[in-house]
Order: sequence, then C-alpha cells, then structure tokens
Amino acid sequence: MRKTSETRVTATATTASLRSCLTLIFAIDLFEQNAHSALYAEIERNSDARPLPRLASASVRSNNTIELAGVTKRFVTPAGSSYTALRDVTLTVEPGQFCAVVGPTGCGKSTTLTMVAGLDSPSEGTVRVGGRPVDGIADGTSFMFQADALLPWKTVLGNVAMGPLFHGVPRKTALTQAREWLRVVGLSGFEDHHPHQLSGGMRKRVALAAALINEPSVLLMDEPFGALDVQTKAIMSNELLTLWDQSRPSVIFVTHDLEEAIALADRVIVLTAGPGTVKAIYDIDLPRPRGSVQEIRFGKRFGELHEQVWQSLRDEVTRAYARTGGAPGAPGAPASSALPAITEGARS
Amino acid sequence: MTASATAPAPAAQAASTRKVRPLSRRRLLVHAAQLGTLIFIVGGWQLFTSWKIVDPFFFGQPSGIVAKLWFWINHGTAYGSLGSQVWVTMKEALLGFLFGTLSGIIVGVLLGQVRFLSDVLSPYIKAANALPRIVLGSIFVVWLGLGTSSKVLLAAVLVFFVVFFNAFQGVREVDDQLIANVRILGASRWDVVRNVVIPSALTWIIASLHVAFGFSIIGAIVGEFLGAQQGLGLIISTAQNNFDPDGVFAAMVLIAVIALTAEWLIGLLERSLLSWRPQTAAQARAV
Repeated sequence: MRKTSETRVTATATTASLRSCLTLIFAIDLFEQNAHSALYAEIERNSDARPLPRLASASVRSNNTIELAGVTKRFVTPAGSSYTALRDVTLTVEPGQFCAVVGPTGCGKSTTLTMVAGLDSPSEGTVRVGGRPVDGIADGTSFMFQADALLPWKTVLGNVAMGPLFHGVPRKTALTQAREWLRVVGLSGFEDHHPHQLSGGMRKRVALAAALINEPSVLLMDEPFGALDVQTKAIMSNELLTLWDQSRPSVIFVTHDLEEAIALADRVIVLTAGPGTVKAIYDIDLPRPRGSVQEIRFGKRFGELHEQVWQSLRDEVTRAYARTGGAPGAPGAPASSALPAITEGARS
Repeated sequence: MTASATAPAPAAQAASTRKVRPLSRRRLLVHAAQLGTLIFIVGGWQLFTSWKIVDPFFFGQPSGIVAKLWFWINHGTAYGSLGSQVWVTMKEALLGFLFGTLSGIIVGVLLGQVRFLSDVLSPYIKAANALPRIVLGSIFVVWLGLGTSSKVLLAAVLVFFVVFFNAFQGVREVDDQLIANVRILGASRWDVVRNVVIPSALTWIIASLHVAFGFSIIGAIVGEFLGAQQGLGLIISTAQNNFDPDGVFAAMVLIAVIALTAEWLIGLLERSLLSWRPQTAAQARAV
C-alpha cells in the first residue's frame, strides 16, 4: 500500500507541472490552516473566469417544472405500525427556479426529494416533473446527498466521469468532459486523487461536478453543505449559485439553515414538524445575481425576510424539539419540565 | 472536515520516515525475537530428543528432518522427484483455490443481489456448510479417480463456502446511498454491480482469501491422503505407515513454505486491489 501510494505521488509530480504541484500543496495548506479569506478571494476570482464546458439545449430547460400535488408518504415502522412522514404536500417549482425547503428535523424534507428523484413513490398524490408523473429514476435529474456519495475506490476523475459513461458516452470523451468539469469546480490537478485524500469541501466540489456533468434540468440537493464548516459552506454556496446561474436547472435545496436558504433561493418553503406539510411559502425578492452569500445577509431586506420566515419556522422547530426531547409540555415551551432552572432563568 | 483534512498527513509522514530510517530499531528487534523463538523451539526439540527425554522414534528430530529433506532432494521420493511431488500438490491447491474463489464470488454476488434466490437457497446452503465436507473427498475419489481432478474438486468445495459467505455478506453491506447515487447518475443494474457492489464487497472477499488458501491446501493434502498416485499428502501418508515421523515433518515443512509464499502473494494482491483505501494510523506506524 505504501509503495503504491508513493509511486503514485512520484508519477503525479513528474507529469504535472511545477505550478499545479505548488497549487496542490498550497490548497491543502490553506484548507488545513483554515485561511479561508485568501482561498475565498482566489475562488471568487476564478469562478468568474471559468465558463461552463457547454450549455444544455434550451428545449431541456423549458420542461422542468416540478409539481407535487397532495403528496402523502407513509412508512411502516419496524414495529409494524404506520408512520406518516409527509401529509398532503402540494408545491410547485417553476422552471429554473431555486427553491429551498426548510423545516425541523424529521419533517420529511429528504423524503420529498427521494420521491422527486424517483427513488421512492408517494403513498397518495402525484409527483410530476416537466408535466410527466415520476415513475422511477428519470434522465435529467441529479441528486446531491448530505453525506459523501462518492465511490471511495474510484479516483476523482473516475467519479466525475461516471455520469457520461453510464449514458454510453465513449470513454475518452467522458474523461475529457470530466476534466473540464473538474476545472470548472476548481479541482484541476486533483484528477488522480482518491476521495479520502481530499478535504470535505473538495469532496463536495467533486460531488457537485459529478451531479452537474449530466447537465440536469432538475437538481435535488439534500443538505449538501451541512457537514462543512461555515467558511467552506459560504464558498461552496457562491460556487453553486454561479454554476446554477449558467445552466439554470430547477433546484430543490433542502436545508435546516434558514440563512443559507434565504441567501440562495428564489422561494423558501417552510414545512411543519412531522408529519410534514407545507406551512408557508415565501418568495425571496432579493435581486440576482446575489453576489457573495456572506455579505448578502447584512442587507436590510435580508433581515426582514429572515425575521418573517423565522417567525413561521420557530413554532415548528420548538414543536419538533419538544417531541424529540420527550418533554410533555405544550408547544412553545420546549422541554420546560426537563430544564426548569434554565427556563426560569431566562424568564426572570 | 477536520478528519478529512488531516487524512493525507499520515501517509506523507510515513513516507518521509521511511526515507530517513530504512529499518527501524523496533523492526530489527522483532526480527531478532522471531529468530530467537525458532532457535529455542527447534534447538529444544533437537536437544530433548538427543538426550532421550523425548523419544525420537515418535517425535522425530530436526536433524533427521533435514536429512530426510536432503535425501529427497538428492535421490527423489518413492513416487518420483521431490519437485514433481511439490508441483502436483501446489497445482491441485491452486486450481482448487481458483475455481472455489471464482464460483464463490459469482454465487455470492448473485445471491446477494437477487433476494428471491437467496431466500430459496439459504437453508440448503446453511445445511451444506454445517456438514463435514472433507468427507466428500472419498466420494470425489470414487467419481474422478486417483488423479488430480478429485483433489481439485475437494479443495474447490472447501474454498467455495469461505469465499461465498464473505462475498454474500459484502454485497449485503453495500451502502444504499452509493447505489442510489450511481442509479441517479444513470447506471444500469450491471453498472451498479460492476462499479459499486463488487468493489465494495472486494474488501470482504479479499479478507476471506487468506483463510481460503489454507482450506485449499487442506483439500489437496486430504484428497491425496484418501487416494493418490503422487503428491505431498501421499508422502505423508506413506511416512505415517512406515513409522517415519521425520518424513511427516519434512513434508509439513514443505507445505509451510508453500503456504507462506501463497500468503505473501495474496498480501500483494490485497495491497494492489485495495490501494484506494485510506491508510490507517496503525498501518502507518507498523510499516
């Protein structure tokens, strides 16, 4: 094992130019020291200068409305009883719209995505993409999971090239496309690395490239940046917005981070505590392009929107918390019996 | 994030350490202790038998074993040259290992993938696994005669179950999310098996190969015991009938050499097939 890894490093060093080697060391260094500002500036600069390899045809784009009508999803628990995860969810994502779904833990956010993706089917109601009912996995849909879904035994290049290869694109073309996409997400020079050799943020870039290489008209994201630190998350969010703006797929972005949702989305949907149903829909009228996700949140309008949505979300969060915390207290007084001292302290 | 960011560090560290100190003090000490253990056991054996505390007639003697080996090398065995005997046994073990491993992987992956098949067949497989399959050797000799094929079959049957159970378990342990991901990327069922299921199960399968090769040697030797015209098993059985413990032990030494060589080769295979795996901290220290 040692020997092979060493040989690989040597091979990379000899084939790659000195510059890319330095970039590699520099990048790892930056990630480890968390010198985010320098990296941030670097990526900001690069992302503007990196055009997409090619844009998908307009015909694909025009037909990507996502509609959920009266969708209910029930699961059978191991004990044999029925558990309702989603109840009567109706929502529409317009073509090319960036839609964020927020809600407390366990409200069925991820279940919604799996049904749009065709991994699962609703117990009642219909899910339509581009006017057609979803019955199984459809072409043109990409999914970014919360955890890494990269194959650890494939190189970065191999992981990104999977999409085209599965669609019958010749190997050489697929690898060229994958290289292009790695350049787009700023990972040139890392083609021959394995996922475990990359930082969390870099792995997310690989996953993003792997999801976008298929030129999806529908992009589903399940808390994709949930495991990242705050700075890396901001960088990735900016990257995502830039890439989304260039090909404009319809996006459903599931998150528990309200600021992230408002900063990214055109529309924020608040789900109730489980069983999840649509509580409120907010259209986010912040102008696009949004610019830096980190700075947008200091704006006045952002604050107002945040206030509004949070009002709606707060009740659901406390209700969900009371339920999971096992406190018998009424909604709005979370865990009051469990933590009397703290509650009392806060009131006085 | 923290864990992943530090992941490349141990490998780099280990590589630099190796350049500075090619053979560490600790490693030297381990080798010295290993040599000491060998001298202690073999020397003790030799002394005890020379002093007649232990009867060399029953227990053999290291010097006698070496003499026996030397005799075989120079004058051949009763059934032909020593090299041909070793080759016959090795051939039987290797072929049995090959067939057993391949069929184990194929059936294991198939049953792991097709739920219906595994539900139907699982009681039979469990029953077959619980039986002392070594007894099948007698039937194979009847079926296939005294040649190599009956030994190959016995070795393959023994190997099959070890590899099969690991392959089956490995397939069952595949991360559902990885499968969901490649399916959304457009993978067909065969794409999923080739790109996700088999590589994922390979960790399990390869772990079983070490045990499996041991079984293939057992299969070959026992097969020769039960009836053969050539091979190390036959030599052992003849030595046993002639009250010649030195002969038995000499053949055992040869088998040990074969097994260690095979173990080393499997280790190489393991390292090249699983090179994608992150190096653990323990590995980095040990090497």
